[in-house]
Amino acid sequence: MGLSHQSIINMQPDVQLVAVCDSTRFVLDMLEKYTGVRVYNNLSKMLQSEDLDAVIIATPSKFHGPMVRECLEHNLHVFCEKPYCLDVTEGERLAELAKQKGLVNQVGYHYRFVGAFQEVKRLLDIGAIGDVAHIKAEAYGPVVLRPSGSSWRNQRSEGGGCLYDYAAHPLNLVNWYFGMPESVGGTVMNKIFSADSEDEIYATLRFGSGLSGQLSVNWSDESYRRMTTKISISGTRGRIYADRQECQVYLRDGGNLPDGYLSGWNVRYTTELTPEVWAYVRGEEYSAQLDYFVQRIKAKEMDNINSFTSALQTDRLMRMLIDDSEREPIAASGDYQPLAKGNSSWWQRLTNAS
Amino acid sequence: MDKVLFGDNQFFGVNHMSEEKARAQSMRFRDTQAMIDVLDMAYEAGIKTFMCTTHERIGEVCDYFRKHADRYPDYRFYPGMPYAHKYANAVTDHGIVGAIKRFLPNDGLMDAVVRGGSAVAKKEIDGIATLLIDAEMKMFEGLSTPVIFLQNVVTDFLLGLGMKDAFRVFADHVKTRYNAEPGFFSMNMPRLLDVLEEVGVENPIICSNINKIGFRMCGGVDLYQQILAQRQFRPVAMSVLASGAIPPREAIEYVCQLPKIESIVFGASSRGNIRQTKALIDEFMAVRQD
Repeated sequence: MGLSHQSIINMQPDVQLVAVCDSTRFVLDMLEKYTGVRVYNNLSKMLQSEDLDAVIIATPSKFHGPMVRECLEHNLHVFCEKPYCLDVTEGERLAELAKQKGLVNQVGYHYRFVGAFQEVKRLLDIGAIGDVAHIKAEAYGPVVLRPSGSSWRNQRSEGGGCLYDYAAHPLNLVNWYFGMPESVGGTVMNKIFSADSEDEIYATLRFGSGLSGQLSVNWSDESYRRMTTKISISGTRGRIYADRQECQVYLRDGGNLPDGYLSGWNVRYTTELTPEVWAYVRGEEYSAQLDYFVQRIKAKEMDNINSFTSALQTDRLMRMLIDDSEREPIAASGDYQPLAKGNSSWWQRLTNAS
Repeated sequence: MDKVLFGDNQFFGVNHMSEEKARAQSMRFRDTQAMIDVLDMAYEAGIKTFMCTTHERIGEVCDYFRKHADRYPDYRFYPGMPYAHKYANAVTDHGIVGAIKRFLPNDGLMDAVVRGGSAVAKKEIDGIATLLIDAEMKMFEGLSTPVIFLQNVVTDFLLGLGMKDAFRVFADHVKTRYNAEPGFFSMNMPRLLDVLEEVGVENPIICSNINKIGFRMCGGVDLYQQILAQRQFRPVAMSVLASGAIPPREAIEYVCQLPKIESIVFGASSRGNIRQTKALIDEFMAVRQD
């Protein structure tokens, strides 16, 4: 991932790329030889030797915490890849440190820069589909398709696995749209091919006031050509479906319709929702998020999208899911006693009544 | 180059607007014969160049055209390499060096062993790149490939990094080994043109999005128009309909009146759409000023 960040930021007109730090000698030698950028294999050494304003951290997740700290201590604005920080307490401290020092801090949740998902946010904010009852957040793609050697990316202890890698994205969108759930339950984290991490995750999220959510994520699904994230939201006045390509909206008759929308089905495509970017490498959103980071630094604005504090919500939510998945579920056995009357189920109430 | 080139996005579930449509296309073209049927429709409409990725299923299309060469005497392929997903996945699984090694030919050719082994050790871009190009070109053996393209995923990535020499290496190898013209896909045409000129790739073929609404045209419509008017290169227009956002007649009329446009590439799956698009391009290309 670091190489594509380098490619994108190097084309940003307001930025001069000064140096690159990586642990792979081969990559460093190639970069030095063919691009002329200065290279380091040690972060501390780079920070001591170079006069920098900002840094992009795109390393295996377990290094995020210590590297973010070191860079903040050197008074650098920090863009860090997701997930932000595996240790939630340290994540809090680092968010606080960035704030104290007045440094711009941003995490790479790029879906917040995708036109279709931004349109969802806009529609929710103006109440286009009324009171929201449910959100389904999904992500599927072909990452781990067979048992294979381990790299950091498929080891939970290294900050890899389907949760941190894939589920982080739809969860972050849920956080963006509805904030933090009050509780989580029924979390299933299952291995399909990986030895040291989950490959699929299903969970239920409960917000107050009748809003619930379901998460469904699988990174061992070859039927998807590439990572596909989907959001479906239903409310009293309509329904929204969005993926990277399009935002489909069903609106019921009557009430105030948003500008340009009619009752019934509507669709807005990426082509019309996507603002132009200064350079395109692998999707507008990747360029847009780095440009946004640079503009916040220039304007000295700390109240930015995807701040450490906002990414911390998603870290915390993932931690809750891990804990929930390790809890004992209710077992189906002969000893199982239904809940006491009064708390009885819908079905029991119905049979009792008839 | 022909004025009309036939693209292959529709065969592989690539659709910039709708996942549903992309999936429906994947289902329709899961059988290689379905792809060939559409290529036949295009051929009947007078489109004799297939601009395709190096997706492994294109290998099966190549087999067909080799076998029936007599039926398509003037058929040409414009390969666009690489099909990037396989490399991206390999890098994730095996790291960069591991991934390069995996894609280098392992058929025991002395040439490959010498070029590949020492190139990886010495970190020389020439040896590694040329071997990867040869590996991608294998499926086209015996077919006509007068222009060979580098896909935008790679072009724009290298452009961003500033690995300018790689473009020179690609151009030289394509010319000497395949007697072909080098072409480059890019979403950043103005910037790419500067760099290609800088490294001495003269009058380059650049295939970029060119459409009325500026979809994926970095630098903007005005800059593209200015460059088309003033600079020396051979532009090929893709995404002229901006994935369907612009009505065909309006879209094609706009692109055809721009200076220098040599070819337009489009993909379609039905006889009606193929004929209609081809007819529109013929109509508006015929009344060009230059």
